[in-house]
Amino acid sequence: MTEPMRVETDVLVIGSGAAGMYAAIEAARAGCNVFLIDRSLIGRGGATVMAQMTVAVALGDEGPDHWSHHYQDTLTAGRGLCNEALARLLTEEGPACIKEMDAWGVGWARKDGKITSAFAPGHDRPRCVYVDFLSTGPAVSSTLRGVVNKTKSITRKGDLCVVDLLKADGIVTGAVAWHLGSGAPVTISAKATIVATGGLTRLYRRNSASSNMGGDGYALALRAGAPLLDMEFVQFFPIGHLAPRLIGMDPIMWDPFRYKLGGKLLNNRGEDFTQSYGVTEDGKYIITRDVATYAIIKEVGAGRGSPHGGVYLSFQHVPEAKLREAFGPVIDRLAENGIDLTKQAVEVAPIAHYHMGGVQADVGMNTEVPGLLVAGEAVGGANGANRLSGNAITEAFVFGREAGRTAAKRVKEMGALPSSSGTAREAVALISSDGPGNSPNTAEMLEALQQTMADDVGPFRNGDGLVRALHRIKDMTGAIGSTPFGTGAAFDMQRLDWFDLRNMLTVAHVVTQAALNRTESRGAHQREDFPGMLPEWNVNQIVRLERGNIAIAREPASVSKAAAQ
Amino acid sequence: MSEIATLKIWRGSDKANGHWDSHQVPFERGQSVLDGLRWVRARIDPTLAIRFSCINANACKECMVEVDGETVYACTARLEPREMLLTPLSNKKLVRDLVTEIAPPAERFAVREK
Repeated sequence: MTEPMRVETDVLVIGSGAAGMYAAIEAARAGCNVFLIDRSLIGRGGATVMAQMTVAVALGDEGPDHWSHHYQDTLTAGRGLCNEALARLLTEEGPACIKEMDAWGVGWARKDGKITSAFAPGHDRPRCVYVDFLSTGPAVSSTLRGVVNKTKSITRKGDLCVVDLLKADGIVTGAVAWHLGSGAPVTISAKATIVATGGLTRLYRRNSASSNMGGDGYALALRAGAPLLDMEFVQFFPIGHLAPRLIGMDPIMWDPFRYKLGGKLLNNRGEDFTQSYGVTEDGKYIITRDVATYAIIKEVGAGRGSPHGGVYLSFQHVPEAKLREAFGPVIDRLAENGIDLTKQAVEVAPIAHYHMGGVQADVGMNTEVPGLLVAGEAVGGANGANRLSGNAITEAFVFGREAGRTAAKRVKEMGALPSSSGTAREAVALISSDGPGNSPNTAEMLEALQQTMADDVGPFRNGDGLVRALHRIKDMTGAIGSTPFGTGAAFDMQRLDWFDLRNMLTVAHVVTQAALNRTESRGAHQREDFPGMLPEWNVNQIVRLERGNIAIAREPASVSKAAAQ
Repeated sequence: MSEIATLKIWRGSDKANGHWDSHQVPFERGQSVLDGLRWVRARIDPTLAIRFSCINANACKECMVEVDGETVYACTARLEPREMLLTPLSNKKLVRDLVTEIAPPAERFAVREK
């Protein structure tokens, strides 16, 4: 068997989006050596770099605000399922992180010296800071990259794909990674391991995040013994770009322009249909994501959709000068794609965008397994059944910083690590095994899984579809077997796909089973066969892996009446 | 009749010992070269190695390749209904097929020579 390369560190951070980078910076500031890794390039992949505009925070710079208002809005959006302690942490600590990012030079948009806040649906006042013209995510990534690069005690390495976490005596002691650049297995021993791998949007055919967001952190945590929760709540972004074909732009790009200009959602009869769903937009952007997604799917289902299966988003009523002011250089990028907003509406449809569920954690970002922490979108529970616009980047900062702090405390208190050679051997064997001579097309299988999830486990679900999806997932799990395809050489794409399928199928199974169990409709989880929200479902579903089988239990949601006041 | 884009792709893990694979991809107006490469992987050959992350947004900047000898992002270069020559970046260390070592040196994991 191939002898793995070995790395030792105080803190291992897996994933280099905003959460991972903030965690690394915080742990390093507290005196730790940090090993920050990513399966892609550092600070380039994941969801952060794709964020278009809003970061929700009760800064109170432009107008009066207090974190408790932001907290209240977050709980309301979460439809009774938010973990109130996590939601409080997110909203209360948000301002400090936003100010720190400001000091690091991210360049939040300002007016008369004050940081500007935009209004976003679900918030009771303008609360979303941004870097203008679709640059928020790239600016956040590059600012954090800059700080990481200057921090000597952070070592950062890309092309390291984590295959499994290491465990010994009931604690997580690091991870085993496959180095894509060479094909070598690498064992990383760490006194604290922070999973900051983001969400699971890659499970769906149309999504707004990077190709490396296949829920791998959820699968890693589950296999290491940590429970997940709220896995049925996948947020769909209602107005993802559908047609005409547009390249070089993130499909969620229309959101900022809805903030600025309103815009109209129209069906194929030219009707502003939002009012049929209880929201009178009238040129303003006030409809929340779950309601908009529901309305669009209903319109399409009733035969009132656009040619490609969505609805129209129109800015044709907005004067050209105002369009140019709001869109800035983006107008020219649209023109390169042959799109003139003064003359045409574009087609939009819901796309997978964010995961409310995730790994169960306390306010210190500890999971149930000692030594294993989580940060950012990988954490479940803060946003309940539906996330407010703007909370994702804020939670990446706040939860990242908290995870870094807790990890540093653990490192100081810990003695020597127990030996984890047993679990290392299994993962190294997977990485360096010879694959079967004849194997199915892995890229095709990934597309088939994405299609199944889009068809049967999308924003609108029913029992028959969910059962069908479970069967398909089971068949595909059988088809990939237990031996990775390919040879394990450098950048062996079949093997990479196999490792991705292994994680994605586990996570798809969990999402589908949790959705099948929840016989009601709430927030992002809508059942055609069980419309309406039921009080007996004021529970979180907790998922564990027990002897290789998925087991789901129910726990009362942590939101108390007092907190909701 | 539907139009075809022919992708002539350099394959191999040693710059001196590569070969060419030619694949015919159904052409649709507005598609990117990366769309074509992803189509090839899912329909014909999943072993084709390409590096990309954000797929369409030109945010990750990982999908740099050469098309007809010119460095482009595969996600913003348009697919065209003709033969297009795809090669890895000539000024970067080759990893496999169209994948090259583009990370800054400090971010590369150093592997001992075998």
